[in-house]
Amino acid sequence: MTTFSVALTVVLAIAMLGAAVLAITGRSLPIAILAAGLVSLFASVLFLLLASPDVAMTEAAIGSGLTTFLFFFILGRVRGGENG
Amino acid sequence: MVRRFAALLLILALGAVFLPLFLAYHPDTSLNPTALYYAERTAQDLGAANIVTAIVVTYRGLDTLGEVTVLFLSAAIVGLVLARDRLTPRPHTRVPAGELLTTGSRLLAPLIMLLGVYIFSNGHLTPGGGFQGGAVIASGVLLLLLADPERRFGHRIIGFIESLSGVAYVLIGLAGLYYAGGFLDNRILPTGQVGQLFSAGAIPLIYSLIGLKVGSEFSSILADLSETEEL
Repeated sequence: MTTFSVALTVVLAIAMLGAAVLAITGRSLPIAILAAGLVSLFASVLFLLLASPDVAMTEAAIGSGLTTFLFFFILGRVRGGENG
Repeated sequence: MVRRFAALLLILALGAVFLPLFLAYHPDTSLNPTALYYAERTAQDLGAANIVTAIVVTYRGLDTLGEVTVLFLSAAIVGLVLARDRLTPRPHTRVPAGELLTTGSRLLAPLIMLLGVYIFSNGHLTPGGGFQGGAVIASGVLLLLLADPERRFGHRIIGFIESLSGVAYVLIGLAGLYYAGGFLDNRILPTGQVGQLFSAGAIPLIYSLIGLKVGSEFSSILADLSETEEL
């Protein structure tokens, strides 16, 4: 690994941890869901840097794509139930 | 206070479990014997350019069949749990999607689905395959559902595609038992030249079936969720 990719890996890892903390401690649910999706997105870039594009694609498509939208879907449902 | 202390203790214990693993980690300078076998033999034995796909579909094909079965079971359970709410339809009072989303989805949804088909039909050549392609197709379906929450997908068609690809997947596996080396052996078809679209024997066929199966399972979960009345 070159110095540049090591530096990029470290930056991504720190950003991932930051997003994870935001997802746990954030007060607003939509922001927590987005932060959880961001963790997956950073993870998929990290997988790509570690030379495993297959895993990166799965993580990007399922982890940060479908799961995030699924959470929003359910959030909308739960809120509708609370109000109605 | 006690709960926080317990949680902290749990985290420390977990750290203590993982610490030896972390300290004992030394990156390998060469491939281990199993990886070396896959790296050297995949191209000449199976004709697949993407080693990961060869492992997922052929060397460890039975595991993949199990994974697809687990996914099928979860989709079936979601359908079963949500089916009761569908029996009593109530009038919808949902806010329609914005103009931007509606117009954008018309342009993007076919392209997203095409990308999904491309990913799983080229699984033996480029990174990605059935699971990734299926998830991409399902996100195309999700976009359509977001743009028009009233849209209804034919459950009969989704179920038909899902079961047809599942049965065909098992049948191809059984054909491998008779015509080649074993269950899910890809050499029932000629392996061809490495790097060509029609190569690697039955791998493109199997991965396309997996892609269709995964895509229809995810789509049916999303459609079930969308069609359920608000609880």
